[in-house]
Amino acid sequence: MKTRVIVTLKSGVLDPQGKAVHHALTGLGFDGVNDVRIGKIVELDLADGTSEAQIDEMCRKLLANTVIENYRIEQA
Amino acid sequence: MKSAVIVFPGSNCDRDLAVAFRDVTGKDAAMVWHGESTLPDGIDVIGIPGGFSYGDYLRSGAMAARSPVMRAVAEAAARGVAVIGVCNGFQVLTEAGMLPGALMRNATLNFVCRDVDLTVANSQTMFTSQYADGQSIRIPVAHHDGNFSADEATLDRLEGEGRVAFRYAGNVNGAARNIAGIVNDAGNVLGLMPHPERMTSDAHGGTDGRRIFEGLFSALA
Repeated sequence: MKTRVIVTLKSGVLDPQGKAVHHALTGLGFDGVNDVRIGKIVELDLADGTSEAQIDEMCRKLLANTVIENYRIEQA
Repeated sequence: MKSAVIVFPGSNCDRDLAVAFRDVTGKDAAMVWHGESTLPDGIDVIGIPGGFSYGDYLRSGAMAARSPVMRAVAEAAARGVAVIGVCNGFQVLTEAGMLPGALMRNATLNFVCRDVDLTVANSQTMFTSQYADGQSIRIPVAHHDGNFSADEATLDRLEGEGRVAFRYAGNVNGAARNIAGIVNDAGNVLGLMPHPERMTSDAHGGTDGRRIFEGLFSALA
């Protein structure tokens, strides 16, 4: 069973990488980009029957740092 | 006085930290590999060194914080054993939940590698007793992820409880309130981004960092 965990920076946390990419997009002539935030996707191949609670625990214990990041779980 | 330095795959300041410990105590530090689940008996001080543990995979310090030896380090810290985490060691301690906040990518995106001026924000900790409050010291930094971040309530609490040990005299990496080093609520765990072990002899260009180790080991003697 394929599952995706999407990790994003919490709003209000400065994302210098996103700012730099935003700047580069503007430099390439892409107008109208209001903001860029960069996160990461973790693709998990899990044994059937892995519970949402277990995946949530994986996120809290390792995949995301909840001091600065949010996460959401998407079943493929 | 017995000390240990934890070694992760990718640590690169472990020897420097061990040399600083040995210079001050006169005894060799035990080098403890990350896969160990126990520490040598009777350890008084544990050093978590700088470097790029596990290649900074996932987040700086994230993998190291979950390694077997860190459970033993957390248990030792809970018993009152002193722990000092330098640079990547600071990142490991925040990732392990032993210190609050997180170390984010530098606001400039640049890797910063230079001597910086610090201000001693609290000289009453077991790590800073050989400095005076407000004293200016110069110690090198070398990091890409040193931008200390925490919510406002946590920052207020750290300042209110005197847990900010060191501040940058100027903006180095975008760190909240220029925080360069903090201690835990019990006061026996210090994390800092600058490298005091790289400023411990005249051959290094100064000895401003040495007093952290002298203060710590004399506080425990």
